[in-house]
Amino acid sequence: MKSTNTQTKKYGMVIDLDKCTGCGACMVACMAENNVPFKENESNKQDSITWLRVYKMDNGKPYPENDICYLPRPCMHCEGHAGHSPCVSVCPATATDYSTETGIVSQIYTRCFGCRYCMAACPYHVRYFNWWDPVWPEGMEKMLSPNVSVRTRGVVEKCSFCFHRYQLAMEKAHYEGREEIEEEEYQTACCQACPADAITFGDLYNPKHKVFELKQTPGAFRLLERLGTNPKVFYLTSRDWVRKQGDNYLKNEGQVIAKGGH
Amino acid sequence: MDSALIPKGVKRAPLWQFTLFIGIVGIVLLWGVYAMVLCWLKGLNQTNMNDAYGFALWIWADLAVIALGGGAFFSGFLKYIIGKDELKNIINYAVLIGFICYSSALLILAIDIGQPLRGWFIFWHANVHSMLTEVAFCLSCYFAVLTIEYIPLILENRQIDKVPFFHNLGHNMHHVMAVFAATGAFLSFFHQGSLGGVTGVLFGRPFGFREGVLIWPTTFFLFTWSAAAVGPCFTLLVTKITEKVTGKKLVKDNVVELLAKISGWMLATYIIAKIIDTWYWAAVTAPESGFSMMDFYTNNPVYGIWILVLEIVIGGVVPALILITDAGRKNKTALITATVLAVIGICVNRWVMVLQVLAVPVLPFESWFMYFPSWQEIATTILPVAYGIILIGLSHRYLPIFPQERELNPIEES
Repeated sequence: MKSTNTQTKKYGMVIDLDKCTGCGACMVACMAENNVPFKENESNKQDSITWLRVYKMDNGKPYPENDICYLPRPCMHCEGHAGHSPCVSVCPATATDYSTETGIVSQIYTRCFGCRYCMAACPYHVRYFNWWDPVWPEGMEKMLSPNVSVRTRGVVEKCSFCFHRYQLAMEKAHYEGREEIEEEEYQTACCQACPADAITFGDLYNPKHKVFELKQTPGAFRLLERLGTNPKVFYLTSRDWVRKQGDNYLKNEGQVIAKGGH
Repeated sequence: MDSALIPKGVKRAPLWQFTLFIGIVGIVLLWGVYAMVLCWLKGLNQTNMNDAYGFALWIWADLAVIALGGGAFFSGFLKYIIGKDELKNIINYAVLIGFICYSSALLILAIDIGQPLRGWFIFWHANVHSMLTEVAFCLSCYFAVLTIEYIPLILENRQIDKVPFFHNLGHNMHHVMAVFAATGAFLSFFHQGSLGGVTGVLFGRPFGFREGVLIWPTTFFLFTWSAAAVGPCFTLLVTKITEKVTGKKLVKDNVVELLAKISGWMLATYIIAKIIDTWYWAAVTAPESGFSMMDFYTNNPVYGIWILVLEIVIGGVVPALILITDAGRKNKTALITATVLAVIGICVNRWVMVLQVLAVPVLPFESWFMYFPSWQEIATTILPVAYGIILIGLSHRYLPIFPQERELNPIEES
C-alpha cells in the first residue's frame, strides 16, 4: 500500500551473490544479536533455528564447468498484495503483522500460540518453531542481548530485520529532536558482519539509501517473484544459472516472466 | 447387572463381554492418552514434525474426521430442511458419529498447538483474514450444536427418562431440533469450506493454491461438497460395521438406500467439479507459478500420479458410479465397497491437501521434504478412534440410537 505519509519506509535488502563467499558470518551475527536458541546437537537442520540461512547452490555441471553459489536467505518481509503477505494474512491470532510504516513483518511471540499455519504459508522456510525450550550453556545467559526477548517453547520466530535496532535508532533520534534516522543508524547485524560487503540494507523508498539504486541494477531479482509474494530482499548476480534458480520456470519458457511489483 | 439401563425390547451382549470389549479398546485409549500427556508436558518435540512440516498427521486427521463427520450436518439438512423423513431412522447415529468426529478434532487441535494454554487467543485476538479463525469459530459453535443434538439422546436413557424434568426437557428439545439442525447446516457449510480454504489460500504453495470466487478459493466449495457427499457414506459404513459387530440389523434397507442414493449423486457431482478444478489448476494456475503438473508427482519416493488416480478415480468416480445405480445400492457388497472407497478417496484428498502441499519443494534449489510420524503422533491419532468406539459402544448399549432396532429384531418372549 502506498502511503502519502512521507515518513513511510520500506526497509529491504540487496544481497550480491557474486560477492558472498558462504563464510556464515551473517548467520553467526544474526544468532548472537537476536538470542537465537540452539540445540546441543545441531546435525538435524530441519528443526534447528537459523533466522538467516545460507544455502549452497550448484549449477549441476561436472568439473571444470562446475560452479557454486551461496545464497543468504533472511525473512523476505513480503508485502504481498497491499500488505497481505503469505504469513500475515493466515495467522489466526494476529500474532504476526505487516507494518505499513516500515514494511517489516513482525512476530509477536507472546501472542503466538504455535499453530504453525504461517510456516505452512511461507514458501521460503523463514519461519521456525521452537520445538524445545531454549537452553543456554552455563554462563551464556549473561551474554544474551537485553534488547531482544527470548522466545519460549511452542511459538514461531523469524528474522525481524533486527527491528530492535530500528527502535533504538528512532529513540535516539527522538531524544535528539529528529524525526528521521540516517541510513547508517539502522543496519542489521548480518549486514554489518558480512566481510565481503555482500549485504546492503536500507529504505527501498529512499533515493539517498544505497539499496534504492542497487535494487534497480539490471538482473536484480527476488526469490519466487511469480508467486506474488512481493518480497523485499533483492539479489544481484552476473550468472544466468543463479538468476534462473531464483524462480520456477516451465521447460519451454524462453524468458523470465516476473510477476509482482517492486 | 446393568439391565435396568438398557432400553426396553432390545437385546444386548452380556455385561462381561461388553466390559471386556470396552477394556481392550480402553487400553488403546490409554496408550493415546499417555502420548497426549507426553506432548503436553514435553512439547511438540515428541513428534516428527519439523520446520518444513509444521502441519502433518494431526492436521490431516482433523480435516479427515471433520469431513467424515459431515454426515451429521448433511443428514440433518436432508431431514429437517429438505424433509426426507425416512432419515429419522439413522439421524441419531449420524449425530453421534458427528459428535465423536468433532470432539476428536477439537482434542487433536488442542494437542497440536505449541502453546495449548494460549488456545483461546484464536478467539480473543481473532484475525478476520485467516481461514483458521473461521474454522475455530464455526467448529466450536457447531460442536455446541452437536452437543445439543446429542443431549436428547442421552435423556432417552430408560432411567434418566423416568425423571420428569429430563423427560420434558428431552421432549421439548426434540421439538426445536429443526432450528439446531438448520443452524448446524449453516455453520457446517462455512467451516467445512474454511478448512478447504486453509490450503487453498496459500498463494506461496503452488500445489495447494487455488483461484476462486471473491475471497474463497475453489477448495472452499469442494471441501463442503465432498463432506456432504462422503459424510453420509461414513455414517452408512459405521452403521454396517455396527450391524456386523452386534450381529443385528439396525436400519432398514430403504433408509440406507435413500441416503446412499443422495450421497452417490453428491459424490458424482462433486467428482465432476473436482476433475474440472484439477484440470484448471494443472493447465492454468500451476503453470502461472512456473510449475507443470508433473513437477508435483515426480522426483520423490512417495507422491506419484497414482495418488491422484487413487483419490479421483478409485475414491471418487468408482464409488459414485456404484451409488447412483439402483443395482449398486441394492448389492450389499457393492454398497459397502463404495462407502469404503469414498472414505478412502476423501481421506487421500485431505492428505494431499496437507502433507503433499508441504512436501513439494517451492524454492528451486530445495528438494522434496519427506516425513514419517512419531509413535506419539500415531498414538494420539488412534486415540480418537478408540474414544469413538467406546462412545458408540456405550451409546448403543444404553440409548435407543436406532429407532427401528426393536422392529427389526423382535425378542421372543419365553
